[in-house]
Amino acid sequence: MSTIREPREFDDIPGTFVFDGQRNHQGYHLNMFCKSLDIKENREVFRQSPAAYLNRFPMTGEQREAVLQRRFNRLLELGGNIYYTWKIAAFDRVSMQAAGAAMSDEGMTEQEFRDMMLAGGRPMKGNRSKSDKNR
Amino acid sequence: MAKIIAGVGTSHVPAIGAAVDNGKTGNDYWAPLFQKFEPARAWIDEVKPDVCIIVYNDHAHAFDLSSISTFSIGTCESFKSSDEGYGPRPIPDVVGDPRLAWHLCESLIMDEFDITIVNDMTVDHGLTVPLSIMYDQPEAWPCKVIPLAVNVVQYPQPKGTRCLALGKALRKAVEAYDQDLKVAIFGTGGLSHQLQGPRAGLINAEYDEKFLNDLATDPQAVAEITHTEWLRESGSEGIEAVMWLVMRGALGDKVDEVYRFTHCAASNTNYGMTILTD
Repeated sequence: MSTIREPREFDDIPGTFVFDGQRNHQGYHLNMFCKSLDIKENREVFRQSPAAYLNRFPMTGEQREAVLQRRFNRLLELGGNIYYTWKIAAFDRVSMQAAGAAMSDEGMTEQEFRDMMLAGGRPMKGNRSKSDKNR
Repeated sequence: MAKIIAGVGTSHVPAIGAAVDNGKTGNDYWAPLFQKFEPARAWIDEVKPDVCIIVYNDHAHAFDLSSISTFSIGTCESFKSSDEGYGPRPIPDVVGDPRLAWHLCESLIMDEFDITIVNDMTVDHGLTVPLSIMYDQPEAWPCKVIPLAVNVVQYPQPKGTRCLALGKALRKAVEAYDQDLKVAIFGTGGLSHQLQGPRAGLINAEYDEKFLNDLATDPQAVAEITHTEWLRESGSEGIEAVMWLVMRGALGDKVDEVYRFTHCAASNTNYGMTILTD
């Protein structure tokens, strides 16, 4: 299916993939693959032969590649929902803060992300609006 | 007759549950937050609600994208903890109250809130972390629990005005129940946080303070916040706090704020708690 989005008001929010109906439809099988990792037996099969396991789900080639390469922002672009893609991070025993660091601007380590959170988190200024960076 | 005695607002950060389960509540990272839980634990030990209605969201554990319900009530005898990838939390089963749950469903549906009725479900950190925050690690939870799950994962989440109105209808339903029960209602989730994307780690402490002020004194103003404003100002996951409006709606117009604090950061979240009484 097409990955060109019909624009929405909230698309102006920077660095954010709002999980609306378009993304649900685009990412349904990707997200249901992630959901399948809730089951221990499935996790074992996926660990042994990742690509073969992904073939059980009618996902796109781009979605499969992004899963195998653990490109978390790309997964969100391709219709992934964070609570579903998080299951891949949990499968890898990656912490929420490490996942946050991986999705942040290039080069942020887990420790840098943790320090940012303890210092009050990512600031609002400059992060409200793509069209008005001064807000 | 049953009576709503108080509302509790609390974030439901999963790492708080992990800290309890793994005996880390006294370490340098967690101790400052857990010390702030003490007055809340002393308060609930004193008021001893018979039933807690916990308004929370499931995070792709009991429910998934195959069917998405906006408001659901669990009518089960008991609820096991979900396996969130690390095995279920080592906590007691959550005991339900099917008779009260069915009364609420019936009353709400007759009041035109078309609740989904769930007879088979687990409960994830969204519900169990608030229990751990208030009750620590008991052998059995000291209250029965009615899970009221709200979809906040899929856009569009229910509007604030609808959540506030649902709270009012819940109050009416509770007050019409034929048993003498003390009922507390929990609104959970939030405050500002964003787990996803390049903006992950966003916190808006100023916005959260205004939210807590207005929730107590001008809930209608909170209810009228638009989806885009929630998402922009509070983070893509911070919109969970819309569920606190269900709690607020179940209280009277005028409330007393018994306790309140925020703590930044608990994992990726600006943790917030408020306790409000009629």
